[in-house]
Amino acid sequence: MTGRGGPDPYDDAYGEGSGGPGDGRDGPGRGSDADLPSHPAGPPRIPPPRPAAEDSGHWPGALEGGIPAPRPPTADEAAAERAPEPGPEPDPEPTAGSAPDATPTPEQHPCPGPGPDPASGPEPPAAASLPASGGTPVPPATPLAAPTPSAAHPFPHDLLRSLLGAWALTACSQEETAAVEAHLNHCPSCAEEALRLRDAVGLLHTEHSLDLDPMLRSRVLAGCLGRRPARIPMPGWAGAYDAEAARLDALLRDMGEAEWRAPVRLKWFDGRRLTSRDTTVAGVIGHLMVVDGIVAASLGLPDPMGAGAPGSPLARTEAYWHHEPGAAYGAGPPGAVRELWREQGHALVRTVSFAGRGVAELDVPYGDFALPIRDAFLDRALECWVHAGDIAEAIDYPYEPPASAHLKAMIDLCARLLPGTLAERRRAGLASPPRRLVEAGTPGRTLHLQVEGTGGGDWYIPLDSPAATAAPEEAVATIALDQEAFYLLASGHVPPQEAAAGLSGDTEAIRDVLFATASLSRL
Amino acid sequence: MGGRMANDAPPRWDRRMQQRLARGEAAALAELYDRFASLVHTLAHRVLEDETGADRVTREVFGYVWENPDAYDPQQGSLRAWIAMLAQRQAVHRLRASQTASARGDTLTSEALEERIREASVAARADYIVTSMPAPLRAALELAYFDRRDYRQAAAALGVTEDEARRRLRLGLQLLSTAHVQPPRAVSPPGYGRAL
Repeated sequence: MTGRGGPDPYDDAYGEGSGGPGDGRDGPGRGSDADLPSHPAGPPRIPPPRPAAEDSGHWPGALEGGIPAPRPPTADEAAAERAPEPGPEPDPEPTAGSAPDATPTPEQHPCPGPGPDPASGPEPPAAASLPASGGTPVPPATPLAAPTPSAAHPFPHDLLRSLLGAWALTACSQEETAAVEAHLNHCPSCAEEALRLRDAVGLLHTEHSLDLDPMLRSRVLAGCLGRRPARIPMPGWAGAYDAEAARLDALLRDMGEAEWRAPVRLKWFDGRRLTSRDTTVAGVIGHLMVVDGIVAASLGLPDPMGAGAPGSPLARTEAYWHHEPGAAYGAGPPGAVRELWREQGHALVRTVSFAGRGVAELDVPYGDFALPIRDAFLDRALECWVHAGDIAEAIDYPYEPPASAHLKAMIDLCARLLPGTLAERRRAGLASPPRRLVEAGTPGRTLHLQVEGTGGGDWYIPLDSPAATAAPEEAVATIALDQEAFYLLASGHVPPQEAAAGLSGDTEAIRDVLFATASLSRL
Repeated sequence: MGGRMANDAPPRWDRRMQQRLARGEAAALAELYDRFASLVHTLAHRVLEDETGADRVTREVFGYVWENPDAYDPQQGSLRAWIAMLAQRQAVHRLRASQTASARGDTLTSEALEERIREASVAARADYIVTSMPAPLRAALELAYFDRRDYRQAAAALGVTEDEARRRLRLGLQLLSTAHVQPPRAVSPPGYGRAL
């Protein structure tokens, strides 16, 4: 059947990856089979000799040109796609999967086993000629057959056999489960397959990516680049985005459908008060995708919202949620939006890598403001971290802060944006008027922002005008807080007046800077 | 589309990735890591049962691929399968080396060692089978296994008959169960047969 030949009898038995009952294979032999009948075709085979480990190294067989597994279903699937009704069974027996057409010829299926079968005892002939479908079944007279609902609503053999996969996955009804289990007591071929399939369920593990240390990524990449330097390096300022997107992606990796629909509350400080919007995990990723799309469009990549999309992050997100309610609220295929977001993110990093140094200062228009692209990448990295934190909180999973260097770069971006934000708030009447105007480029009143933690540092913020420079000796106030508190403040997750900060000096200056920091947040 | 059971990228993606790695694009290396690190680490961890060892094998495998992108032969299979094979082999190599190095005390018996390698090989083949099986089968298994749907709900979600849902679940598991079968012995193609 396989055309491979060879001395290993398993080649024939397993070669097509599909064999049904009676093809002579053994169950994999886990402990739980003790109470199940032995194989109908005779005593179990002696297992093949233990392979040399180097054989395992040859896995996967495809590299040697022929792992058998994928081929049969391909043909089979093709058949299934053509016909909505059950296609041909993977195994060669003619009755399989075609119950309605099956003539009740007992020889076509081995139930309850033609071979010697001491465990199931002598079977009455009536049971052996149980019709494949539609007939009046005779309840097996064997004492091993447990009383089950199948006695009242008997299932034909082909149906029971077709249920084995669902049974192994505990994906059928209680009644069906009971019927299958009763059947296994007196049908060795189904029992053999049932064991084998249940064993296979144990192989359906997930990759344990959630526990993969995010720092391993930077270590591995640095190790690689140490062995062979990149000819096309990634710009340093894109590193934080690259890492944060990868970290969020790892969090999303093993999510089930329900988690994609888990409610997430996005919080930010709108300039006057805390505000929030409710969406889902999928909705958050869609939001990240369409706002990243601003950066994509400014690099000449396709805008995920198409031409003529709104400019501001808020308007884009609202438009996206409005037009793609399915994507935002979970009707779409789970994870589809993740692929779009991730692929776009990879394209962003790829594009700036090729663009070289000149692109760093290119302006990215965010509606009512613009950022040079190097800062836009930091902004997107920060957004990615903030929303990853929102998602992690929603699904009750821990999430660590970014790598120190990246965190520091993000805090630095906030510190650089603060003077402009202060001036804007002042124009809107939301901050106190300047106390002491100085000539542009000369030191003016300064606030010392001290962030503690591995990504922290000291920043000096000019208070009265963005045009003034800051100088430590001009400091009139200090805000000291740890990086976690800074994150909560700058992401608009706590009211600015309640930020857990050590404050000293000019209270008006402190208040203005706390509020301006919170105002950096947005949807 | 869900990433819970990874699937093979299209061959075009594999070739393109190989070209990008060959021309030394750091962004390609990062993408490669994002796609395969979890696979490599999982395979290595199964063999070594040790986080540090699995980290090390992950570094070695990506270092090897980054330095030798031309060692991948698209004719021989998918990039994913090649990287999985490198990981499996390197992990076995490391396990044997560690056993030889500490020739006293807390070593495994040779039976236990071979058994662990065998089990890891089965799991590795299972991973390969899952990633390369037809998408409709994989989707059905995902719904039943990860989303805990019964087959009727799975049928509704997939837009197929209940018969078809049962068939897909059974066929998918049948395919997966072939992971217990040792692949035929074969001569490795050049460049595929040594430790990294």
